[in-house]
Amino acid sequence: MIENNKLEQRLKEGAFAVTAECGPPKGADPEAVMKKAEMLKGKVDAVNVTDNQTAIVRLSSLAACSLLKSAGLDPVLQVVVRDRNRIALQSDILGAAALGIRNVLCLSGDHQGFGNQPEAAGVFDLDSIQFIQVVKTMRDEGTILGGEPLSKSPDLFIGAAANPFADPLSFRVVRLAKKIRAGADFIQTQCIYNLDRFEKWMEMARDRGLTEKVFILGGVTPLKSVGMAKYMRNKVAGMDIPDAVIDRMEKVPKEKQREEGINICVETIQRLKEIEGVHGVHVMAIEWEEAVGEIVEKAGLLPRPRS
Amino acid sequence: MITAEQKPIEEIREMIAPYKRILVAGCGSCVAECAAGGEKETGMLASTLRMAAKMDGKDVVIQEKTLDRQCVNEFVIQLDESIDQYDAVLSLGCGAGVQAVAEMYPEIPIIPALDTEFLGETMSQGLWIENCLGCGDCMLHYFGGVCPLARCSKQLLNGPCGGSMDGICEVNPEVPCAWQTIIERLENFKALERLEEVYPPKDWSKKQGRGPRKIIREDQQR
Repeated sequence: MIENNKLEQRLKEGAFAVTAECGPPKGADPEAVMKKAEMLKGKVDAVNVTDNQTAIVRLSSLAACSLLKSAGLDPVLQVVVRDRNRIALQSDILGAAALGIRNVLCLSGDHQGFGNQPEAAGVFDLDSIQFIQVVKTMRDEGTILGGEPLSKSPDLFIGAAANPFADPLSFRVVRLAKKIRAGADFIQTQCIYNLDRFEKWMEMARDRGLTEKVFILGGVTPLKSVGMAKYMRNKVAGMDIPDAVIDRMEKVPKEKQREEGINICVETIQRLKEIEGVHGVHVMAIEWEEAVGEIVEKAGLLPRPRS
Repeated sequence: MITAEQKPIEEIREMIAPYKRILVAGCGSCVAECAAGGEKETGMLASTLRMAAKMDGKDVVIQEKTLDRQCVNEFVIQLDESIDQYDAVLSLGCGAGVQAVAEMYPEIPIIPALDTEFLGETMSQGLWIENCLGCGDCMLHYFGGVCPLARCSKQLLNGPCGGSMDGICEVNPEVPCAWQTIIERLENFKALERLEEVYPPKDWSKKQGRGPRKIIREDQQR
């Protein structure tokens, strides 16, 4: 058991884990991170820190994780392969472990063309699956790529993302299997609005025995407005928001839409709790971290056990 | 082949503005094939520049010559007989062509008229697509004849990413998802199980050597 890892401990105990997402500020502003830490403290088991999400320059994920750690939270370091080659990736993994960060989520990252630096070179030296394998080898074999030994292995709980809604569906579970084979200990999924499709994906994962090999946390994002719902459906890659969800948001007056968004989110979590093989929920309240406590409470997931 | 596009005429005019006697040098190979720098385009560009100079009342000599290949010294040397008449060469070769001419005549400025783009295929008339990075270590047999480095926006060797929808790349709706194509091809060959294996990290030293890459063939050397 990795020391001070609430997320791993919770999952291994067989409890339904709760993680949330914290987006760092667009500035050298530690208070912004600490404010979010306060909002999330005691509400969740671990907090993901996004890594220049949507390719927009923000305070570094590693630094924000360190700040969260100092505030007593269990951070999940998100690392994208878009911006770093294998030298920098491995170096950051060692740095994170040295700072006491115990969870890492290995991602490809949104393409640089989407963000505020569209002229940037995309690195993509490793892909996310190769990166998972590299971290696992560093942890379990104590070696870097090429086989050179480390003076100390990084103790890390390794995460990966999965999108059950992207195409082709048949390949989605193959990819999940591949991430597990590469070394993923836990999976956080894309935001779930289409529960039928998610259940189908889970069934395929169970049929392959994958839910026995990895902890799956279903991703949820509360909708703030019908406008946000439509934007996400139309503009965000890999997002599947059924018409029924849009209709539901549309039917309530504007000032009630946030509440309705939270209701949908809570109902989704309640359904996720019933699905065999779902080990927890990952709440991505985008620039709305104050909603996390309410969602978790309404979903009957409070209080979080102390470790 | 190597593909290229002509730079905007304003940019070309700005680059050649300091010179009075200019040779516009085309290339009959790849850039002719992609209608950017062959004899026809060279003639058209030279006329346009002459006309523009005349309109501006500038006394400038602009002549043209198209070599079979600008990137091969045996052809570049054909410029020997006339090169002294000029104070600049505007080259419609690819980057390799421009540099070969510059190497042969280092005392004269060689100005690029094209932006060299990529190693590509002619998909249909007037449509070229990049499908090879020239990585120095071909893996096409493994990926059903589709290069994920050249054709996947995130260069995933273990794709597809989570953004592919209806066979379309998340980064550009005009681009088919390379991984969708790879999966379909491997299905045809009944080789889908190949995708269950983790494909290892790429050896980029074969593309980014120490300085420019070289091919040495002693059997071809005289």
